[in-house]
Amino acid sequence: MASVSIKNLFLSFGEVKVLQDLNLDIAEGEFLVLLGSSGCGKSTLLNCIAGLLDITDGQIFINENNVTWEEPKDRGIGMVFQSYALYPQMTVAGNLSFGLKNAGVARAEIEKRIKRAAEILHIEPLLERKPAQLSGGQRQRVAIGRALVRDVDVFLFDEPLSNLDAKLRAELRVEIKRLHQQLAGTTMIYVTHDQIEALTLADRIAIMRDGAIQQLSDPHTIYNKPVNKYVAGFIGSPSINFLEGDVTREGAPRFAAGDMTVSLEQYEFESDSSGGRAVFGIRPEHVAFGDPAKQSPYTCEVPVEVVEPMGSDTLVWTRLGGQEFRFRVDGQITVSAGQTVRIGFDPARASIFDSQTELRL
Amino acid sequence: MADTAATVPAVGGAARAEPRGRKPRRALSRRNIIIYGTLIVAAVYYLLPLYVMIVTSLKGMPEIRLGNIFSPPLEITFEPWVKAWATACTGLNCDGLSRGFWNSVRITIPSVILSIAVASVNGYALANWRFKGANIFFTILIIGAFIPYQVMLYPIVIILREIGLYGSLTGLVIVHTIFGMPILTLLFRNYFSAIPEELFKAARVDGAGFWTIYLKIMLPMSLPIFVVAMIIQVTGIWNDFLFGVVYTGPETYPMTVQLNNIVNSTQGVKEYNVNMAATIITGLVPLVVYFVSGKLFVRGIAAGAVKG
Repeated sequence: MASVSIKNLFLSFGEVKVLQDLNLDIAEGEFLVLLGSSGCGKSTLLNCIAGLLDITDGQIFINENNVTWEEPKDRGIGMVFQSYALYPQMTVAGNLSFGLKNAGVARAEIEKRIKRAAEILHIEPLLERKPAQLSGGQRQRVAIGRALVRDVDVFLFDEPLSNLDAKLRAELRVEIKRLHQQLAGTTMIYVTHDQIEALTLADRIAIMRDGAIQQLSDPHTIYNKPVNKYVAGFIGSPSINFLEGDVTREGAPRFAAGDMTVSLEQYEFESDSSGGRAVFGIRPEHVAFGDPAKQSPYTCEVPVEVVEPMGSDTLVWTRLGGQEFRFRVDGQITVSAGQTVRIGFDPARASIFDSQTELRL
Repeated sequence: MADTAATVPAVGGAARAEPRGRKPRRALSRRNIIIYGTLIVAAVYYLLPLYVMIVTSLKGMPEIRLGNIFSPPLEITFEPWVKAWATACTGLNCDGLSRGFWNSVRITIPSVILSIAVASVNGYALANWRFKGANIFFTILIIGAFIPYQVMLYPIVIILREIGLYGSLTGLVIVHTIFGMPILTLLFRNYFSAIPEELFKAARVDGAGFWTIYLKIMLPMSLPIFVVAMIIQVTGIWNDFLFGVVYTGPETYPMTVQLNNIVNSTQGVKEYNVNMAATIITGLVPLVVYFVSGKLFVRGIAAGAVKG
């Protein structure tokens, strides 16, 4: 059963078309992440689901109910915002109970729900404090609590961790994941521009660009088999290497760029295009280095140009097929600029895109 | 530690944590003389008339006729103050400014409350509820602020006459409420726009409607701007002369109009001491409002109230 279902959604602000013919089905209990750079329409889509923006055309279903023109409070959603959006003049308990009071829930029931939410989120000692007396992490916990007490089926998160520092972000990320496991059957839709959050939290990721979903898939597939060049470049840090060249599929399939020719016997082509100009993408972390590289299906020697140590790893900049190329080695290995080193990779792990359409071949 | 103990005396002669010598601070630097000199001159310039008024109001008429307006009173008398408040004559009424004072109170209090109540809801709706045509509505309202009052004087006389409120305090209250609308709405709209939109969205998800959000979320956060609006309105309406003289009659004249009638009366001798006392009494209310709420006023202005 689909928990949230979006059909042919259009949204325009005057002449500007923000979302175009968007379709999305989210299963009950699923954790879906909307991922994209700023301005791609991901927060807008979330606001549409919440009912905070009136859509231009299309339909939205939550739990099989058509909620397209329903008020936010009647949709069975709870929402967590980037800026926490806590009511500054109310205590934490006041913040948690505001929605319930508006809904006319009995006092005893309100107390019970606040107690339960406070337990889950470890904010019991804070209930009598004002938001100004809380740290960023505590504020966001309270904001999550505000959605929690409403006992809803769908949680909407709008970049909830973006205002926190790196350490807190990692902590709260785990806590959100734990919360999702704890609340079995609760659907969560989570907007972020942070790919780590997306990869760690999501059951499925929807990568958005210019108001359209580029790829909707589980994190593993998104990472290993991106459908187009944009998705490949967006996911992964450091980002994927792109080598411009030619693909030939007649006879022995191969990719050639400059003085480099890679055999594509092992590569699983997904389109029946006959070849032509193409972009060969291989992730820096999929490149083998030194002796192990000799066992790789493709191996060669390259000159080291720049070395960037990053603690656990070292990023090495070099040239391959006459183009810039990066690969990652273990931080313990010493590499210095000017050296010539052996690298290798498995073309089966690569992603090849048509130069024109930018779609996966 | 041994290191420090050995080296410091060698360098400084005595161990000091602070920088040596006094921070140079000259009270009579050229800069200070110019700044304070200018400020003192400006202050004297503004305070001198007030001084003359107070001094004159405490003198008897024979003393005033001597012509030394700056000299302090030889014999202090509060007679002029009592006369200005209770017995000075305007037209047929000889009960001083007291009548006008209570008229002004009865005009100012409802006008201030009504105009702020309406304008704050206006500003809230314009800032948060972006209804269709909100921008056009707002533009029209702002244009209203630029139309000279004189243009609208006579049409409003006709309107008030038609609805039977001409010459009454209620009529004047309505006029003040309407004319306060553009500036107050602008003030409130800008203040509410500066409140994060997500707060408003969160309240909507929490099931709060138009009035619940206004009363429970927006109002408690907006005390400074309400104080600013209150000061603007109290002083504006209290000091108003034009509307008061046009829309009320002798029985319902506000204090400013009555003050004018006392000061400009052409019968008999000009009683400068009574005039001075009457003027000070009339100006007392805005003065008190400024002193009491000045701090909040500054805070409200600083909170982004009057930024574009």
